[in-house]
Parts: sequence; C-alpha cells; structure tokens
Amino acid sequence: MSGDFLIRSDGLSVGFQIGKGLFNKSILKAVDDVSFEIEKGSFFGLVGESGSGKTTLGRALLKAVPITGGHATYDDGDVKYDLAELNGPSLKDYRKRAQLIFQDPYAALSPRMTVRDIIAEPLEVMGLTKSRAETDERVREIAAKCRLNLEHLRRFPHAFSGGQRQRISIARALVSDPKFVVADESVAALDVSIQADVLNLLKELQRDLGLTFMFISHDLSVVAHTCDHVAVMYLGRLVETAPTRKLFEAPKHPYTKALFSAIPSLDPDDRGTAQKLEGEIPSPTNQPSGCKFHTRCPHVTNICKSEEPKLQHVGSAQGHEVACHRWQELFQAT
Amino acid sequence: MSSLIDVENLTLQFKTDEGLITAVDDVSFSLKKGEVMGLVGESGSGKSVTAKALMHLNSRNAVYSPESKITLHLEHQEVDVLSLRKPSELQVVRGGAVSMIFQEPMASFAPAITIGKQMAEQLMLHGSMSKAQARQVSVEMLDRVGISDANKRFDQYAFELSGGMRQRAMIAMALSTKPKLLIADEPTTALDVTIQAQVIDLMKSLVDEFQMGIIFITHDLGVVAQTADKVSVMYLGELIEEGPVREVIRTPAHPYTQGLLSALPKLDDIDAPLTPVPGDIPSPLERPPGCVFHTRCSKTIDNRCSKIRPSQHHLDTGHSVSCHIYPEGDRG
Repeated sequence: MSGDFLIRSDGLSVGFQIGKGLFNKSILKAVDDVSFEIEKGSFFGLVGESGSGKTTLGRALLKAVPITGGHATYDDGDVKYDLAELNGPSLKDYRKRAQLIFQDPYAALSPRMTVRDIIAEPLEVMGLTKSRAETDERVREIAAKCRLNLEHLRRFPHAFSGGQRQRISIARALVSDPKFVVADESVAALDVSIQADVLNLLKELQRDLGLTFMFISHDLSVVAHTCDHVAVMYLGRLVETAPTRKLFEAPKHPYTKALFSAIPSLDPDDRGTAQKLEGEIPSPTNQPSGCKFHTRCPHVTNICKSEEPKLQHVGSAQGHEVACHRWQELFQAT
Repeated sequence: MSSLIDVENLTLQFKTDEGLITAVDDVSFSLKKGEVMGLVGESGSGKSVTAKALMHLNSRNAVYSPESKITLHLEHQEVDVLSLRKPSELQVVRGGAVSMIFQEPMASFAPAITIGKQMAEQLMLHGSMSKAQARQVSVEMLDRVGISDANKRFDQYAFELSGGMRQRAMIAMALSTKPKLLIADEPTTALDVTIQAQVIDLMKSLVDEFQMGIIFITHDLGVVAQTADKVSVMYLGELIEEGPVREVIRTPAHPYTQGLLSALPKLDDIDAPLTPVPGDIPSPLERPPGCVFHTRCSKTIDNRCSKIRPSQHHLDTGHSVSCHIYPEGDRG
C-alpha cells in the first residue's frame, strides 16, 4: 500500500448513552471498533442500510459527534491531528479543513439568505477573508467552479431546482478550501437525470482541487460509478472493504452479496432470480452475539453465533478485507 | 372489454397566487384487471397528481378541464369519478374499490391511534363489519403480508414498528378492503434495498392472489422493470411515452426516456461515464411551449419542437411516443 493517507482510523468507536437514571443506563454503540484508511485524493465510499452507523462514522471523522473509543488521525502534510483530542484552536482549524455536504438540498439552505450570503457564511464565521471585496471574489470563484450562474448569487434558494440547490450546498462546503469532504447521501434526494450531473461535478472538483471525499450512500450503483474504494458497514461494524472493482467483481461477505442481489435489475426478464435477505437489520440497542449479521445470513453456522469474526485480508488483493468466518469456503472460487 | 379504469384527456390545473399551474396536460391511459402499470417520471412530472385524481383526492384549488373524464368499471356499476361530490359517493374510490399506498409510511399512519384501530375503522366503514370481525380480518391481513405476531402488532402504534414493517402494515391496510385498483405511490422509495426487494416480492404475490389492477408510481426504472407489465413515462405533466415494459426499457423511443436510462448508473459496466440529461427541469410556472422537453432535448428540430406540440405516434414495437423525430403519420 502507498503510505499517503489523509485519514487513518484505528478501532474507532462512537457510543451514545441511552436511558437516564442510575441503574438503567446503557450504551448504544453506533460505530464499533472500526479501522480503515482513506488515501489522499481518493473517493472513499461508505455503504450500508439505514441504522448501520455510516452517517455517525462520517460525523465522527468531522468531529461533529464525540469519539468514545479508539483513534482517528488526519494528516494533510501541513498539519496532523488526533481527532479525538481536538479542541479550541485546533478544532477551529480542522473545521476549515474538513467539511460536510448534506443530503437534502431543500432543508440545508436557509430560505432567508441570498445564495451569495449562504456561500459566504463559512468565510465570515471562520474569519478567513479580510474584506467584503475579498469574500465576494472568493464566493464568485467557487460558484463558477460549481457551475452556478453568477447572476443567481443575488437570488434566494426557493428560486432554484434540486440540482441547482445541491450545487449551492457544494459551493458552501468548498468555500473554505477544505481538504477532506464528507458527502452524506448527497445525491439521494435528486432526480436521476440530475443526479448524474452532480456526481460528475463532484468528481471534477475532486480532480481540480485535490480533494479527498468520503461518499456515504445507500445506493450501490452510484458508489460503483464514483468511488475508488468502498467500505460496507453493518450494525456499526465494517464487514468488507475493498477497491471498488474488486468488491463489485467478487464480493466476499454474504451481506455484500445480498446487497448486490437486492438491487432491482433493469432487465424485465430477470425477475425474482436474486437471492433475497430475510428480516431486517436488528436494533442497535439489542445487538446479536457473535457475527452481527448471523440473524439474517443464509450461511450461518454455530461459530457465527458465538464468535465475532475479525477483518482479514483476502488473498493478495491490496486493501481487500472481509470479516466473515466462512468466506474462504463460500466464495474462494469466485 | 375488461378495462378497469379509463382516464381520458385528463387536464388538471392548480389555482395559486402566482397564477394557474398546469400539473397534468391531456393525459389518457387505461388499465385492465390484473395488470400492473408503472408510472414513471421525475419530481414535478405530475405522476402523483394523476394518481390522486383517480381517487378525486386533489386539493380544493385543483381545476379539472371539462374534457377530463375518469371512468371506473366495477362489476355492477360504472363510476364517473370526477363527477362524485358527496363524501358518501366518494367512499367507493377512497378505500372502497380503490386503495392507495403512500410513500412515507411514518407520515401516513396517525401517530396517536393504534395500527389496528386504523385498519379496523375502514373495514367497519366500507365492509360494514362488526368490531370483532374487523379485528379478525385485519390480523389475518397483517399475517398475510409477513408481519409476525400480528395479534400483538394490531395493538401497537406506528412508531413501534420499523420502516419495512410499517410499509407492510400500510399494504395490509390498503388491501384489507379487497380493492379492485391499488395505487402505490413510491411505496419502496423510503426503504433500504434489502427491504425494498422483500416488499416488491410481497406485492407481486398479492397481485397474483387478488387479481387487482395496480398503478405503481416510481422514479426508479429498476423497480418498474421488476414489477410492471406496461410503463407510462411522464414529463412536466404530459405522457410522452407508453408501452409494454420490455419495449420501453429495451428500445426507448422518446429522447427523454433514452436520457433517463443512460443517466442511470449501471452495475454491469462501472467504468462507463454517467451521462446526465442536460439542463434542469423547468418550473411548472414556465412550461415550455411546443414539446415540453425541447429545452433539454439533444434532438430538437428547428422551428418545430419549440412551437408545435407533438402528437402521439404508434411504433411497430407496440408502444407509442409523442415526439417530432418520428415522421407524421408514420406507423412503422
């Protein structure tokens, strides 16, 4: 592996305390002992069903939720931070370097602010520009990069369509010149004909500005087309991580396989042939023992119920890891 | 013969402060018993408004044109849906012979009333059952859609159920009155893929069992390919292409349908570049003249597409399309 990683996570955990009072306190582990690296300048995909902890993991890396266990480091060459230790001035500086693009462009933009003010707000809050003229110039520069019409900067968000709004959100996230951007379901609320346009824009910006993206999505086909590396989460754990091509050609975890076969095929003659998962993702407050996936896994055996599998390397493939007791006998051939 | 519902020249406008907005423009289609129709379109295309018109459920500021006609053919009567006025008359299309499954199952159940009470209420209204009968039928139905421990679930509230379970309960509720026509408005959009696959399976088996007609509204062409017999594609309130599912998906005729299909990220070729449909969907306040799609179309013909509204052409692949690139009068 090349050694140039922007983000390294080592046993990262995020727990939330639920229940009040002295005796019925319990901890909900939303992210549980997760280790991975994000290469500089890459598009890292994070997939999973709702409740898998993917959003919480993204927010932990932005220091938007407290990290309760393990370590995560950020290293862009200029500075190096231990994310769990960030506070005061270092946290302020990190906010500039790591940004978030939200899911719903209708909810993320204040209806009372002009597009110019929305994009300029991070600059003003962080004190990154010295004069109004400088702010305006920076706003115009990033708006043009995000293919926004400069005429539109004086308008309010209600005048824009979903795709245009998402481009405004992207401009706002990128105006402070971040190095690391978490895009949380950023195209999920968009129509198909617009979605492709926003994805292409994100890729273009990544190349031009040298950004590193963590792209959180439930849509595997979108992830397949945009990401270089994909991690699959289930109930707070990473179950498989691999370079995109490897993952899509030969998934090794039964959950990853099931996710693929659940995608409705565009071929009307290919109906109902897929292997379907039974049941639903268990509640994180009441997690199964052993392998978290054993309650829905078609290949479950006794060891799966008692012992939790660790992430292990798959063959010689770089960066392909899977957490399953039986992957070798099940999917070695494929 | 055996047509279940006929929609003819449906045109629907909304009165707003900013003027009259055309939501549906001259849409006609019909559906047979036991047939599944996919109604596809992006946000603002008028697919939900069309579906609601079938239940005469649009808000008070909706204005139907005088030519609009929706006829529901039941065993013993013909119902002219748009002429219904009184609540007692409307019952037949609202939960009686026609049921609807909504997109967001959390928002569609009343939060302070148990699931069971909501299910039983409509059975007592439509089927004039006793309370005990209604409970029995509801529990059977919950069981049928794969909800375990149905007797207990009957007395629970919507927040106590997971997303997938709520959508199953919604389906159970919609089907318990044994409707002839089921309208499903984005029933799987809010669900995870694994749960979506389960719900699609469930709906398919229920169509076989109950032999009703289904109008399946979705923006997901994959879901349509998996469920529908025929497809209608809408754009800005107009029906631009319709036909059997295989033909529409394999050989799309309208440039918009072609664009939609190529904008879709495909799993079998992950290196293929994504080709978006250029431009944005116009605001309904600024509906383009001529062909509604000409502002985003790559195949526009000068001084035709921007002026003249295309008429419907029947292709020899068995489907019909409204587009000027097919010569006038060409029938294959």
